[in-house]
Amino acid sequence: MALIEFTKRGIYCKQGDFYVDPWWPVDYAVTTHGHSDHVRFGNKHYLCHTLTKPIIKRRISEDLDVETLNYGESIVRNGVNISFYPAGHIIGSAQVRLEYKGEICVISGDYKTEDDGISDVFEPVKCHSFVSESTFGLPVYKWQKQDIVFDKIKSWVNDNIPQQKTSVLIAYSLGKAQRLIKNLAGDVPIYVHNSIANLNEVIINAGVNLPETIRITPETTKDELQKGIVIVPPAMRDSRWIKNLSHPVTGICSGWMQVRAHRRWQSADAGFALSDHADWTGLMDAITATGAEKVYVTHGFTAAFSRFLNDEGIESEEVMTKFGQEDDEENKVDLADAENTNTEIENQKSV
Amino acid sequence: MKRFAKLIQQLELSNKTNDKIAALVDYFNYADDKDKIWVIALFTGKKPRRPIKSALLKYWAIEITQTPEWLFSESYSNVGDLSETIALLLPPAEHTSDFQLHKWIENLHDLEGKDDETKKNFILNAWNTLETQERFIFNKLISGNFRIGVSNKMLVNALAKQSSLDSAQIMHSIMGKWNPYEITFTELINGLHVNTDNSWPYPFCLAYALEQETEKLGDIADWQAEWKWDGIRGQIVKRNGELFIWSRGEELVTEQFPELHFLIDVLPDGVVLDGEILAVQDKQVLSFSTLQQRLNRKTISKKQLEDAPIGFFVYDILEYETNDFREQPLSERRKILEQLIGGLDESAVILSPVINCKTWEELAELRQTSRSINSEGIMLKRLSSHYHSGRKRGDWWKWKINPYTVDAVMIYAQKGSGRRANFFTDYTFAVRDGENLVTIAKAYSGLTDKEIKEVNSFVTKNAIEKFGPVRTVKPELVFEIAFEGIAESKRHKAGLALRFPRILRWRKDKKAAEINTLEDLRQLLASTFIND
Repeated sequence: MALIEFTKRGIYCKQGDFYVDPWWPVDYAVTTHGHSDHVRFGNKHYLCHTLTKPIIKRRISEDLDVETLNYGESIVRNGVNISFYPAGHIIGSAQVRLEYKGEICVISGDYKTEDDGISDVFEPVKCHSFVSESTFGLPVYKWQKQDIVFDKIKSWVNDNIPQQKTSVLIAYSLGKAQRLIKNLAGDVPIYVHNSIANLNEVIINAGVNLPETIRITPETTKDELQKGIVIVPPAMRDSRWIKNLSHPVTGICSGWMQVRAHRRWQSADAGFALSDHADWTGLMDAITATGAEKVYVTHGFTAAFSRFLNDEGIESEEVMTKFGQEDDEENKVDLADAENTNTEIENQKSV
Repeated sequence: MKRFAKLIQQLELSNKTNDKIAALVDYFNYADDKDKIWVIALFTGKKPRRPIKSALLKYWAIEITQTPEWLFSESYSNVGDLSETIALLLPPAEHTSDFQLHKWIENLHDLEGKDDETKKNFILNAWNTLETQERFIFNKLISGNFRIGVSNKMLVNALAKQSSLDSAQIMHSIMGKWNPYEITFTELINGLHVNTDNSWPYPFCLAYALEQETEKLGDIADWQAEWKWDGIRGQIVKRNGELFIWSRGEELVTEQFPELHFLIDVLPDGVVLDGEILAVQDKQVLSFSTLQQRLNRKTISKKQLEDAPIGFFVYDILEYETNDFREQPLSERRKILEQLIGGLDESAVILSPVINCKTWEELAELRQTSRSINSEGIMLKRLSSHYHSGRKRGDWWKWKINPYTVDAVMIYAQKGSGRRANFFTDYTFAVRDGENLVTIAKAYSGLTDKEIKEVNSFVTKNAIEKFGPVRTVKPELVFEIAFEGIAESKRHKAGLALRFPRILRWRKDKKAAEINTLEDLRQLLASTFIND
């Protein structure tokens, strides 16, 4: 009997009677990471990585009933051994390994194989069946090494500053923002939006070493911002606040920026192909390393990627999930913060 | 090549005309003269010689990357561009090269007549020395067009700014006949290959929309009324045995309209005419959608010439016997025009008729019939008026008829771009066809920011399905859609297409059951179609 099944509520382990990243409320939810398409409000009990706990408490509710594991640790639930391994996606992201009577299944959530300098590095886990995302499961998506991308971002910023332009980077408040901070820190000060500053606080309190950033407040002057790097979440993109900066230029950091059509559609001033998801090569390497006999392909280019795996002799099946909607969800979460910042700043002006 | 790659990137990233012009000026300031020639050639649709078929590029890319053909197709449909798909699929280059743009073009040129093996070696070597963006451009040189939102006008403005030469002169120079393999940059922009004096157009005189009662314009006898035609405003210049056709966008479009070339033999030298380029058959104006088949084409097929014949309805004369006539009153100019054009019995060049009415009421009534002759209303011009440069209030008015409207229900929504990227602002509308809903139009504009927010929250709550960025929504919100015309269309499921649809207002008072039907639109189409 298979260890997992795909139900209306989410990925379910019958033997252990629990769900992994369910999208409808359940009694026991094993959580891969803190993005809102993977962890939702309303479960009675959560199991997640130690670093994910303060993140979801902050983002969802302080009242959540949360149990934690570190990477490599395990607990047993109804005879099913549950353990966590690094997924390399964001801070605290975990692959969930399930073992029952010698049968092993790994649910990887979202993952990337490149070391991003801030999340624990992805670790392949041998298993019989593997659940893989396919966000960038087409061979046109092959990332450049992150050092090259960060050099591009730095030289963009260095060009902007003497031209009196303000460099505004658009990045998700959880994950991408911290990766940018970690890798761009040092040359010029980094100013972050409230929602990012709040998460940074949580992450630093949890013991992660994050370079210093400056929270944007109504007192922050345009002049200061112009001489630094400004990082804001996607919901702020077209805000009046950005328009009012001194010659703002926006840069979007996302894997989709690899393709011209997406870059144009976004109408940003610069696009940097920097993703927290595995590229084509990363997906293939990860899957090969698991030695899995069966691969379930979720959110992304599911049909094409699954067909390719089958052609390569790796049995694969597409699975419909509600993952992969973090864009929408993040916007909603951040919108409240964004509006707060706007009003705060405007109030300040009228005084 | 690196500099050109950077230019393309800058042009693609900005939607602001000023940024694009700045990028072009910067490029023309620093690039090699031979490269500049090619940039002008590529942006105005002149292609270098292409010794290799794009199917071969695809085949070689598939071969060296060992990508299954179906996966190549999947990738292509995500990327949307063959040159770019290949550029992204290839492994990173192992070498670098500093060849300039013109050097690559010359090398490609030299491949002509060589065998496939030589061509293949050349291409694979090139791919292995170029970065992704350069590779994309290299592939485009062989197989594609540079459609990156640079109009001839924008290119000319950048050249004018960079060279301090007159923009009309540069326009004439680059629209003329020249060979990028032979001409030098200085020769090209100075127009040594053409006589720019001959083509000089005048600025168009433009009208404001009429906003007061016609009675307030005074005695109707002081006014000339004409039909307002819905085509492309144009100027025809005949000087020293040469003929030029300019469009309102200040582009030379002479080559696009061979039907008008006979004027070179008919018009005396030193004549400039103002009028409208239209689709015309048996001296009757056809719909704008017919004309559209002929616009912005680099080549015209025989079928297009037959299906959409072009004519020029003449409004005014600006130069006669080499004299500038713009300071003459309209009544005088019209007399000369009638002598010059009225005598022609040509199906392609027709004097736009004057409407004779004794009273404003009579004219208002006649205006209601505008659509039956594919006109969009009436132009009122003061008989004593000069031909002004540009838009000036008081002497010329356009008195357009009200648009058609239809009540339709929203069924799809998509997020906008730019300022509206986080809101659902692009909607698709449907009318009823029996039990079903059939889409008839997509519209972007027309709502206030507050309404957009309201619709946005409706879409978020009522999305039924998600296809990429598009949401299918419960058919509940009814909008009044205004449009300028209707035409048969095989491309649309409804079998018809609306011209320039936009949201007039949100009909919160109406339910989805009360919207118009496809039959209503078919009847409208039938009533306008008779005239085509």
